[in-house]
Amino acid sequence: MSKYADLLNLPDAKGHFGPYGGRFVSETLSYALEQLEEQYARLSADPAFQAEFDKDLAQYVGRPSPLYHAERWSNHLGGAQIWLKREDLNHTGAHKVNNTVGQALLAKYSGKKRIIAETGAGQHGVATATVAARLGLKCQVYMGAEDVKRQAPNVYRMKLLGAEVIAVESGSKTLKDAMNEAMRDWVTNVDDTFYIIGTVAGPHPYPMLVRDFNSVAGREAREQSLKQIGRLPDALIACIGGGSNALGLFHPFLTDDDVEMYGVEAGGEGIASGRHAAPLNAGRPGVLHGNRTYLMEDDAGQITPTHSISAGLDYPGVGPEHAYLKDVGRVKYEVATDAEVMEAFADLCAFEGIIPALESSHALAFAKRLAPTLGTDKHLIVNLSGRGDKDIMTVAKMQGITL
Amino acid sequence: MSRIKTTFAKLKQQGRKALIPFITAGDPKPDATLGYMHALVEAGADIIELGVPFSDPMADGPVIQKACERALLHGTRLIDVLGMVAEFRKTNDTTPVVLMGYLNPVEALGYENFVNEAAKAGLDGALIVDLPPEEAAEFSALLTAQEMDSIFLLAPTTTLERAKKICAATTGYLYYVSLKGVTGSATLDVAAVAEKLKVFAGITDLPLAVGFGIRDGATAAALGAVSDGVIVGSALVGKIAELEAEPEKIAPAMSKVLNEMRQALDKLPG
Repeated sequence: MSKYADLLNLPDAKGHFGPYGGRFVSETLSYALEQLEEQYARLSADPAFQAEFDKDLAQYVGRPSPLYHAERWSNHLGGAQIWLKREDLNHTGAHKVNNTVGQALLAKYSGKKRIIAETGAGQHGVATATVAARLGLKCQVYMGAEDVKRQAPNVYRMKLLGAEVIAVESGSKTLKDAMNEAMRDWVTNVDDTFYIIGTVAGPHPYPMLVRDFNSVAGREAREQSLKQIGRLPDALIACIGGGSNALGLFHPFLTDDDVEMYGVEAGGEGIASGRHAAPLNAGRPGVLHGNRTYLMEDDAGQITPTHSISAGLDYPGVGPEHAYLKDVGRVKYEVATDAEVMEAFADLCAFEGIIPALESSHALAFAKRLAPTLGTDKHLIVNLSGRGDKDIMTVAKMQGITL
Repeated sequence: MSRIKTTFAKLKQQGRKALIPFITAGDPKPDATLGYMHALVEAGADIIELGVPFSDPMADGPVIQKACERALLHGTRLIDVLGMVAEFRKTNDTTPVVLMGYLNPVEALGYENFVNEAAKAGLDGALIVDLPPEEAAEFSALLTAQEMDSIFLLAPTTTLERAKKICAATTGYLYYVSLKGVTGSATLDVAAVAEKLKVFAGITDLPLAVGFGIRDGATAAALGAVSDGVIVGSALVGKIAELEAEPEKIAPAMSKVLNEMRQALDKLPG
């Protein structure tokens, strides 16, 4: 029996992962969250709902996504074999759609007429706009004004899909402020609005249901690994902002004790510089956005600004389940700096003909560090959580090129 | 008897409604707050709610968000806010002061540390917006041990079943959020508020104060008529933003707003 068996029983009835998680919200939202919890408990146990979700994943998202052996890159690095879980090949180009398809079904069954979301890099916003269009629901996406600027292609994609993008000018004008504003919208329009949170954070039951919807990637990867490698992998690697793609990959492997797991946070300009987005490595527990988790904050409990080359990881918190997995030692949390990320990004383009998202490039950067330290008979699965087309402006700018 | 209890008992005896102003501590700068507190008492405040600035005030509208930003610009910390309460207590030993804010600054200071310092400062209660009763057992017990009140919110979406739990966890008074929305919204429905308060009054003996959306004497009177008191925040804090260039005019302007509400409330039949 796995020494981690208890991890599969989380969260508890109050939404706690050990001391983390929970439901720290203003009273107005309590009822809506209780309703959502009740509805999700009912539907997730309903085979008809699961069948509808599976059908959407297969026929709309294009699942299963392949497990691809990055042979040339592995040979170049001269160590472990690197396998890529190709979530970048999903419809809309990232793992985010697994969750939005699931939550859209919840929205449909709840009868709500309007959908809101927050977004950082715009991937979750696009994935939300996509499912809203398909359901014919009105959709408004909150996005930090800074991110609106650096992710212009995704802003336009959301507009093409019929969503309204609302630039958030408050605070640091990034993902956390978009989430504040989405919460304010929800509290105001709670009767007719479904809030599709994009990561495994927020008040209970969001961390649980977002994890569940994303776990399809881990279940597939586990099966594919047995089939293609002939055994389970030695390690899993995924980037961590809020942590939804990582948890989606990790969760189905939690009780496979021999499979190591690495979450890779945004190291920015290095932990010592203070300019990063690595709460698990350099933060401490606190409460923000409805849950207790590791946060980047000052001594007085004010949330501090974050920095990452990738807008999708530019968040001062992290999903509460990751906080707990860190404390119990099941997952190791590492960082990759902007510079390492750029190298890994270039590697994947050059050796494999794949342009990865800058978010996913954090996982690649750690794989690049880890693989050469292991034998060629070891196997690593990296979650290639998104495609990098949206990032070409950022990368060009880093290289001093004007497009 | 606690200051909050004494205050409501006295008001009841006089057939009057509680007037509870809210300002953000440290806004627009730390040394302004003490003077505002005394001015608000002069203008008719029965209880003062002192907001603790937070970087991510999710339940607040733009007016209080800006107030937090101004206060944080000068580095106002929770411990500094308690210092302001202590200063206030030096010359006022009767007006209750309640801290209102978000949980993270309290967690950063540590529950025990906070409660000990707050008791020393002469604080009367705390309302932590993002700390519902389900998560509050430890914090509330510490407050109770030092004879401070745990104040919780009721909302238009609160079911009767939940309201019973919330009332059971609350001491001092209950804060009814008059509308679905953030602070400073202007979509008040007095009839709906009255209906909900009637239900809540049936399950608790605690005073019910109403906040969110109270702008002037008329709205204060309308909600005062159906409750035990009104809480006014954005209408006061808005004056700070408006008069930032002429800071000497801020206290008189806030006093004028509050006094108009005082007069309107005192005209209500007891």
